[in-house]
Amino acid sequence: MKSFTYEKAQSPTAAAAARGKPNAKFIAGGTNLLDLMKLEIETPQHLIDVNGLGFDKIESTPQGGLRIGALVRNTALAADPKVRRDYAVLSRALLAGASGQLRNKATTAGNLLQRTRCPYFYDTNMPCNKRKAGSGCSAIGGATRSLAVIGSSDACIATNPSDMAVAMRALDATVEAIDAAGKTRSVPIADFHRLPGDTPHIETTLKPGELITSVTLPKPLGGKQIYRKVRDRASYAFALVSVAAIIKPDGAGRVVLGGVAHKPWRVEAAESELPRGAKATAAALLQGARPTTDNKFKLTLVERTLAAVLSEAKG
Amino acid sequence: MGTAATIALGVDPSSSGAQTSPPPVAAVANGVGIGPVLANVSFSVNGSRRALELDTRTTLLDALREHLHLTGTKKGCDHGQCGACTVIVDGQRINSCLTLAVMHEGSKVTTIEGLGTPDALHPLQAAFIRHDGYQCGYCTAGQICSAVAMLDEIKAGVPSHVSDDLTAQPSLREPELRERMSGNICRCGAYSNIVEAITEFAGRPA
Repeated sequence: MKSFTYEKAQSPTAAAAARGKPNAKFIAGGTNLLDLMKLEIETPQHLIDVNGLGFDKIESTPQGGLRIGALVRNTALAADPKVRRDYAVLSRALLAGASGQLRNKATTAGNLLQRTRCPYFYDTNMPCNKRKAGSGCSAIGGATRSLAVIGSSDACIATNPSDMAVAMRALDATVEAIDAAGKTRSVPIADFHRLPGDTPHIETTLKPGELITSVTLPKPLGGKQIYRKVRDRASYAFALVSVAAIIKPDGAGRVVLGGVAHKPWRVEAAESELPRGAKATAAALLQGARPTTDNKFKLTLVERTLAAVLSEAKG
Repeated sequence: MGTAATIALGVDPSSSGAQTSPPPVAAVANGVGIGPVLANVSFSVNGSRRALELDTRTTLLDALREHLHLTGTKKGCDHGQCGACTVIVDGQRINSCLTLAVMHEGSKVTTIEGLGTPDALHPLQAAFIRHDGYQCGYCTAGQICSAVAMLDEIKAGVPSHVSDDLTAQPSLREPELRERMSGNICRCGAYSNIVEAITEFAGRPA
């Protein structure tokens, strides 16, 4: 690990200002950042510890929704009585991710910002446009079984590894951030994560120095809320494919895919196909997919996982 | 805001809340890297207050093992994948390899040495012996710290991936214990005996 100086942030704006220092990074749970620092994939020279800033509450909003502090831990969020009752898809997605130990540390904002698990991003001996802009993509033509089938580019075929973000997309959450001047900004989750394009190293639409303060959920949507994750082990593994779904009694609803793209994959137009079943919905969701020989199984897996979800929603 | 040079030397006036002291080795402010940076931190370990001056890079795991010589906590993968380093911080189990010691000012840390001793075993340690819950023993301290805090999570009503009803009190059934312990790997494969030991301990009168 490279050396770094360390400070405890005294206020959100001071933290955002310190982020302007050369090669500075925020640290909260640290479960992803420290892993990457040990491998020298991340090499910050200055860490700003934001854990003391509060932002650890879950509060009702005047609109009837929930404001989740950026520092609320994944365990606390999954176990919150209101989340369990009204936003079950979010609880289920969180509980499907990582391990008990990691969920106790990992934060809401950190989960949104976690980096890809593409094996070539982790292998510092191999070119990776995400790790070093312009160096090339070793995954294309390499081992691609776990990688993206849609929304990818000639520069990057990595996936976003988050389960939580897939549920947040289904719930249409909003990410709130603050900058060094104290200016706040709300970003709909749909616009928060970027597709790779020519700049896969830029993963979100946060501006440099902006600090996430909370994530807000709109008022409860009702319906059957399901998160189904398909992975190589029964527990503690990243998704090959996952489906977050909110299905109303009349069969209408929302579906979002995880494990297939650089961001949670939702195509709102495809949701009108839901009453027609999994095959039609999957076809509409995956229109334009560019799978590889090694990961085209994900297209079939999406349809089958969706079928299981729709069947569970009826039951 | 300081200049690059003042930041690299750790004397940036804007970081008044920082606990870092100037690095002992001349820093290189050319953007390539900086020398080691020391910082002070104090936290409680198994009931005793411990104050340390550490390289900022020191994980809680290395602080416990290399600086406080509490070698019961084990380093397995050092990347949060195996759970051998699990300790209990402020009542919650965490991977001590994936957190910096300097982030734990004022924390209360419990390691395996704080749960039991050879002369006064924790009842879960005794249950592991009775049920042969290990072969090589390298993962055992992490398994036991993890299980003790995991049972508190069940008591607190934290649901799991395998809980049928998110809003019901979770059970102590085997699938629940296995799911909740999935962050602790045992390469010897003693899982069935580990589950038996935890089940026995969980079922005993408080």
